[in-house]
Amino acid sequence: MAILGAIDPILTKGLDADASDVSDAWRCRAYVDRGGYAALRKIVSEKIPPARVIAEVKKSALRGRGGAGFPTGLKWSFMPSDYDGDKYLICNSDEGEPGSFKDRDLLLLNPHAVIEGMVIGAYAIGAKRAYHYIHGEIPEACARFLEALDEARAAGFVGSDILGSGLCVEIAVHRGRGAYVCGEETAMLESLEGKRGQPRNKPPFPAASGFYGAPTTINNTETFAAVPFVLSMGADAYLAAGKPGNGGTKLFSVSGHIERPGNYEVPLGTPFGTLLELAGGVRAARALKACIPGGTSAAVLPAEVMMNLAMDYDSISRAGSMLGSGAVIVLDETTCMVGALEAITCFYQRESCGQCSPCREGTRWMHRIVRRIENGEGRPGDLETLEDIARNISGRSICALGDAASAAVQGFLKHFRGEFAHHVERGECLVPREVQREGCRLREISKEASTP
Amino acid sequence: MMLTRESLEKIDREIAKYPEGRKQSAVMAALAVAQDEKGFLSDEVIEFVAGLLGMAPIAVREVASFYAMYKYKKEPSGKTRLTVCTSLPCRLSGADEVAETLKEKLGIGWGETTPDGRVTLVEGECMGACGDAPVALIDDTRMCCRLTREGVDAVLREIG
Repeated sequence: MAILGAIDPILTKGLDADASDVSDAWRCRAYVDRGGYAALRKIVSEKIPPARVIAEVKKSALRGRGGAGFPTGLKWSFMPSDYDGDKYLICNSDEGEPGSFKDRDLLLLNPHAVIEGMVIGAYAIGAKRAYHYIHGEIPEACARFLEALDEARAAGFVGSDILGSGLCVEIAVHRGRGAYVCGEETAMLESLEGKRGQPRNKPPFPAASGFYGAPTTINNTETFAAVPFVLSMGADAYLAAGKPGNGGTKLFSVSGHIERPGNYEVPLGTPFGTLLELAGGVRAARALKACIPGGTSAAVLPAEVMMNLAMDYDSISRAGSMLGSGAVIVLDETTCMVGALEAITCFYQRESCGQCSPCREGTRWMHRIVRRIENGEGRPGDLETLEDIARNISGRSICALGDAASAAVQGFLKHFRGEFAHHVERGECLVPREVQREGCRLREISKEASTP
Repeated sequence: MMLTRESLEKIDREIAKYPEGRKQSAVMAALAVAQDEKGFLSDEVIEFVAGLLGMAPIAVREVASFYAMYKYKKEPSGKTRLTVCTSLPCRLSGADEVAETLKEKLGIGWGETTPDGRVTLVEGECMGACGDAPVALIDDTRMCCRLTREGVDAVLREIG
């Protein structure tokens, strides 16, 4: 894996496809050569107060890269500063959203940026202990992070006396074991406490009552990786790299019917067409049919909407979907939209934790109906029933998994209702099966990096 | 002793990661260590881990039965577990064909084990590697990327 392309990169500068040798670029020494750990060094040597670090992050308009897009500085400011007991910081690398694979590559290619961001974050919120929750299915990335952590500890960037300043931040890894819902922050807390990953009711939010009831902040891997850059380049420059309210660059995981699937780092606000071009365009130069811009939890958008869309939180939200984790799933003209939704609904019914009945039962019902339509056994009224179920799950479960499953169904029905109706009436796909199959065949990845 | 000394030491290192008196946090890691050694999680192993961490056995069972990567109380499955991702991005890159080919060559369906006890075939969900789609995971430790119908043979040779 590699970062296959970038426009004005920040997180992956020197690690993109243009760099001649990226094999050792993840190591501590290489990271330091790129200016790494300078932000942390500056904080401890100049004794910059935590409140100023938080203010700088706020000003940069860095927003949560895990899916919700919540302003990072604001989240940190919710942590009580006058609390005497232990506080905790958690890095969320439980990347399980279908289409998302940026955290895995970040951990493989730039793990020290994540470590530095975690240490700075822990300092800002006053936590001495940090946990890194890593998705169970990415053993290589986990091993890489652990090796980087050893390096950072040996170099004095992590541990009980960071850079001789007396600052103490310990980092430990907690492995996930295959439960998508644990990416939800309160499910993650349950999992960290050695229980089933079933989300908690909010409030209280983790900043008030998190890991074992202590104030806790949970941020995504990419968010932490951005923090050192925000501080070293300055909030204004970071903000300017994106657009107002959407500071900086974003890693987009581009998958599906695409010539060069992979991760691309581009400024927030980059036109979708530019990103598509960077990734080599639609597979075999076929026509774009639709795109899911932010992982399967985001509503699908038709090609004509996508081609006029800027890739930032606010623009995608206005178009009726969400940027999510930046997982861009490309669907070309060979896609059967019923089949695609079948795969998505199957995922949610399996991953529902079972705690809330609207989600537990509803996701199964939705999958059963979509599957029967896909199998040519759709019944009149099925589409109305689907919409009804989706509406009734939405907002009626403890966490957002139910909402995500509903949003997926609603998005497909909103934009491709005709194709679903055809499936129900005729009992067959609008796109012939052999065409679909051909569309899924892999092609040789072109080696040359594309230039925007 | 139910587990080897090496496994017990690994579990002790996991316990040390968490705050004083919060041994339960190490249950996920402890179960993984036990599964690595025993192949699957039997009732005896569950009770042993519960004793080790001062938990009620039912609390350990709750965890073992919740997370997909634990082989909880299942019959000792095949020597190798091959998990094929069938989430949308993998399907858009031919996961269905790869799965069909694997089923055909192994002569088994999802969740089944070959008669010689070599391989158990499992349908898995997103592994966070959609850029390398379609992917499969061998024994939760090694990922096979950009699988094709033809590439399946190499995978089968590897798990031989």
